[in-house]
Amino acid sequence: MSAIGSLSLAMVLAPATAIVLIMVIGRSRPAEMINLIASAISLASIMAILLISPVRTTAFWNGYVVIDGLGVWTILCAAIVYFLASIYAVGYMRLLGEPERLHRFYAMFAGFALSTLIGPMMNNAGLYWIAVEVTTLISTFLVAYEHEATSIEAAWKYIIIVSAGISLAVLGTILFYWSGTFVLGPTYDMTWDALRLIAPRLNPALASLSFLLVLIGFGTKAGLAPMHTWLPDAHSEGPAPVSALLSGALLNTAMVGIVRYLAVADAAGISTLARGALVALGAFSLFVAALFIVRQSGLKRLMAYSSVEHMGVIALGFGFGGSLGVAGALYHMVNHSLNKSAMFFGAGSIMRAYGTKRIPSIHLVGQNYPVLGGLWLAGAVAITGAPPFALFLSELAIIRAGLAVSHWLLVALIAILLVVIFVGFLKHFREMYFEEPRHKREKMPSISAWCIVPMWLSLLPLFVMGLWWPQQLWEHFLAIAVSLTTATSTGSSP
Amino acid sequence: MLAAHLDPLAASLFSLLAVGSLLLSFVMLGSRWLRHYLYAFAAQSWLIALLSAAVGFYGNYSELYIVAILTAAFRGLLLPYLLLRIIRRLKISREVHVILQASSSLVIGAFAVIFALAVSYHIGTALDLAGTVAVLALTVMLSMKLIGFQMLAVRHEAISQILGLLVLENGVFLGAQILVPGMPLLIEIVILFDLLVVVACFGVLVRYLLTHVGTTSSLELKRLVG
Repeated sequence: MSAIGSLSLAMVLAPATAIVLIMVIGRSRPAEMINLIASAISLASIMAILLISPVRTTAFWNGYVVIDGLGVWTILCAAIVYFLASIYAVGYMRLLGEPERLHRFYAMFAGFALSTLIGPMMNNAGLYWIAVEVTTLISTFLVAYEHEATSIEAAWKYIIIVSAGISLAVLGTILFYWSGTFVLGPTYDMTWDALRLIAPRLNPALASLSFLLVLIGFGTKAGLAPMHTWLPDAHSEGPAPVSALLSGALLNTAMVGIVRYLAVADAAGISTLARGALVALGAFSLFVAALFIVRQSGLKRLMAYSSVEHMGVIALGFGFGGSLGVAGALYHMVNHSLNKSAMFFGAGSIMRAYGTKRIPSIHLVGQNYPVLGGLWLAGAVAITGAPPFALFLSELAIIRAGLAVSHWLLVALIAILLVVIFVGFLKHFREMYFEEPRHKREKMPSISAWCIVPMWLSLLPLFVMGLWWPQQLWEHFLAIAVSLTTATSTGSSP
Repeated sequence: MLAAHLDPLAASLFSLLAVGSLLLSFVMLGSRWLRHYLYAFAAQSWLIALLSAAVGFYGNYSELYIVAILTAAFRGLLLPYLLLRIIRRLKISREVHVILQASSSLVIGAFAVIFALAVSYHIGTALDLAGTVAVLALTVMLSMKLIGFQMLAVRHEAISQILGLLVLENGVFLGAQILVPGMPLLIEIVILFDLLVVVACFGVLVRYLLTHVGTTSSLELKRLVG
């Protein structure tokens, strides 16, 4: 088997083995370490894959599994978040004080991470759908892990809304399959490549209907407004490491499906409709996020709405398209994964330290926790898209891509919404950092190093990548952008 | 494609089964008793199993017999049994607070079918399939989607919401049998198992709702807003 094959096998087997080991051993302390090692192996393998084969597409197992540029990049984002969240979980989950069922948390955590790693590797549209469905089932129980009334409520809303949404995606998938049967006969393997190759011969009306269904279905899972309603609940009620994984890994895994179908839609000649719909959803997500960020009082809900915003930005990047848009969206994906993890880690620690999820009850974070507070504030500045952090560069690239293909009014609206979010988001941080409380607390609990280290690990790269967008990375994104459109150019002249 | 040139007997058999399933989803819309939903769902699953077998027979897809048996066993017997167990545990036999009266639900459902017909008719004309059983299959598929969403929206007992989701799934599965009978067996079997896992997960969650929240009605799940 080739190097890429063995590496991707190692990447998948590490969390899978971890689940088995954790359940067999059944104690919490070994479980922490097993999960951490598994996440490190996964991250190391995917980084090695990225170094060996930048954008080459390789298929395994009768073409059911594919390792390609877009997939590898998304898996990288998921693996980074999985690794960081595993470090953080060691410190955070001990605070919950339920060591007797903690090993089950780690087994599910590894399972959830595994499902987000596998999703982008699925070469068959049907299997991809199933992988996305599996992510929902596992993460529901992680959201409900704390067994409080609010977390169960969040889990229930999550599974109902996402299952209903994803059932539209299965309808869209089947209609795509049906439209393909007119070209390829009743039985064929619905791989992404096969779909793109036959796309020019698909019936436009049917392809449009199918694409819209798929977009709404996977858009629900990716947290695009107005299908985002599960997201603030699930993200705010799960334990902080789970929130990070939901936001930084799961949403991207769902976005991959949209991007792959978007390539099919381009090839089918319905790109005006498809891209228009994606851009509309992205812009609406920004709008909804801006409204809810400005008037938010829940700490983790604030972060959750910021995820809606950033998924909207990524959707805009892919929707605008072109090499600049795709590059910006891919860069934004990894930036958002890194940054939002740090934000959820900080929010989780602060929430535990102050014993509340409400922003108005949190005061003087910077004085009480200089290191954590400093990092978290830097993260907040970064997540709103301010320089010198990398999100500024990726958002700028996406806006430039928008100016090239779209009406300037829309781009101006997007820019205004981004500014509103910047002001609204940082207003909450000003309150938490600089407003004097009515009665001072004397002793604040200390925060474990396990909770601080991952924040350094996510914010430092973000700072470096904000000052310097490496040339190789830029070329890598361009190559992915080309790989998303090559089948189009061969397909349009059969 | 199979649906385009069928002999009249097969076409009318397919239509009968598809329309029967659609009628059963109206039975679900019109009733307030959880058990009625459940029986209607089980009967619908049996009709779909029959449909799979019929498509397998007329289209010479032998693997569809396996799908038919699995559908009958999973959707027709196992899932209703699991749901019945949940209903027994809940000691709730009907929707208590009704947002929408049964009669209004039926009328909205009828509009949903008309809308689905309009869309399918458009698609059918675009594909030169007007008047074939494919248009009917597409109509039933989309109407059951819309009716399932309607059930999700106006019902709030946990069980009704699960059944609403299952109606969504049944609709897709029914349409798939007629439109894409050659879909790889692997996918169909995985989807069936997936459904089983989904219902098992729902079972666990309903128990959580009952013990930790104290209600299974989504009307009272209103702690998380904004």
